[in-house]
Amino acid sequence: MFKAIYNWIDERLDITPMWRDVADHEVPEHVNPAHHFSAFVYCFGGLTFFITVIQILSGMFLTMYYVPDIINAYASVDYLQHKVAFGAIVRGMHHWGASLVIVMMFLHTLRVFFTGAYKHPREMNWVVGMLIFFVMLGLGFTGYLLPWDNKAYFATQVGIQIAESVPYIGPFIAELLRGGDIVGAQTLTRFFAIHVFFLPGALLALLAVHFIMIRRQGISGPL
Amino acid sequence: MSNREQHEQSHSSAKKKTMSRRQFLSYTLGGAGAFMVGGVALPMIRFAIDPVLQKKTGGTFVKVAQESEITTEPKEFKYQIHQVDGWYESDPVRTAWIARDQNGVIFALSPICKHLGCTVNWNTHNDNQYFCPCHEAKYSIDGKNLKVAPAPLDEYEVELRDGWVYLGPVKPNSRV
Repeated sequence: MFKAIYNWIDERLDITPMWRDVADHEVPEHVNPAHHFSAFVYCFGGLTFFITVIQILSGMFLTMYYVPDIINAYASVDYLQHKVAFGAIVRGMHHWGASLVIVMMFLHTLRVFFTGAYKHPREMNWVVGMLIFFVMLGLGFTGYLLPWDNKAYFATQVGIQIAESVPYIGPFIAELLRGGDIVGAQTLTRFFAIHVFFLPGALLALLAVHFIMIRRQGISGPL
Repeated sequence: MSNREQHEQSHSSAKKKTMSRRQFLSYTLGGAGAFMVGGVALPMIRFAIDPVLQKKTGGTFVKVAQESEITTEPKEFKYQIHQVDGWYESDPVRTAWIARDQNGVIFALSPICKHLGCTVNWNTHNDNQYFCPCHEAKYSIDGKNLKVAPAPLDEYEVELRDGWVYLGPVKPNSRV
């Protein structure tokens, strides 16, 4: 049945070349764990992406219950965690995935570094990867405030103080992040907007560039 | 298919059909993929549809008025219900028009117009009818829709206990 549906659509829209272009490409022997088990280190980039997809999905579902407001934020997180079916699991995915994505990204960076995959002609992709790294850290920093508990509040307080220590423009950055003089209502809505709209948008754009460059330049050769 | 395979198949048609390597691989990969997608997606879907599946707490009854206050002339009563809305609890005010019919049975009507949801009032034109100011809908004392509105006014479930009138959840009008 699926085949018939696929054929019906393919006959009209010619979609086969589209997914072929994405999915059908040469994977060299030295990155295939079936040939050399040690090649599993080449999986970390894909794993980072896999967890990123889970983060985006679980985050989308969490916003069905969450409100970025200093009165209700904690209560809404408490409600979705304890009262909604699978709340602990969906929030758990987002919570643990946030740490795991950093770990996977770090391992991926190490692999790229030690296989020398950042060298000519792939220097630009290393730079894009570093930008992705900082966007991910930003997502982690802004997401940490959202439950609006004590830990979140003081972590943000400290984080903003670190930003404030930048010479000359520090106080300006701090006020911009806070949206005012104190960590409060405006900080929370601001961090929510950054966490849910601005950084994910930037992340998706950077990931697209990252992947397009991989396909253009191919996978770097064996050691 | 090679000649040898054809030969074997024709001779052992009672035996199980063999599975090609391609079929085996697509089944295992498809199965593993479906398992992984399901493991991620199912908790999220159950999470999202939870409000629909949560047990409905049967409407609680609220003490509204003394039986002796109720006459054949509908009177407006305001009362508070306790409402739990996810993490937000509140005590919104509800309004009911309560009256006795000819047999002395107490009934309570919701003042929400069945046309477009404005609030109706009793006897504003001295014609012993409910009147909605938005589009001039009219209802009889029993809530029967006389003009404009497509359905009769909703009714509250009524309970009488120790001389008090208790009102419960809204139900469709049972009087007309």
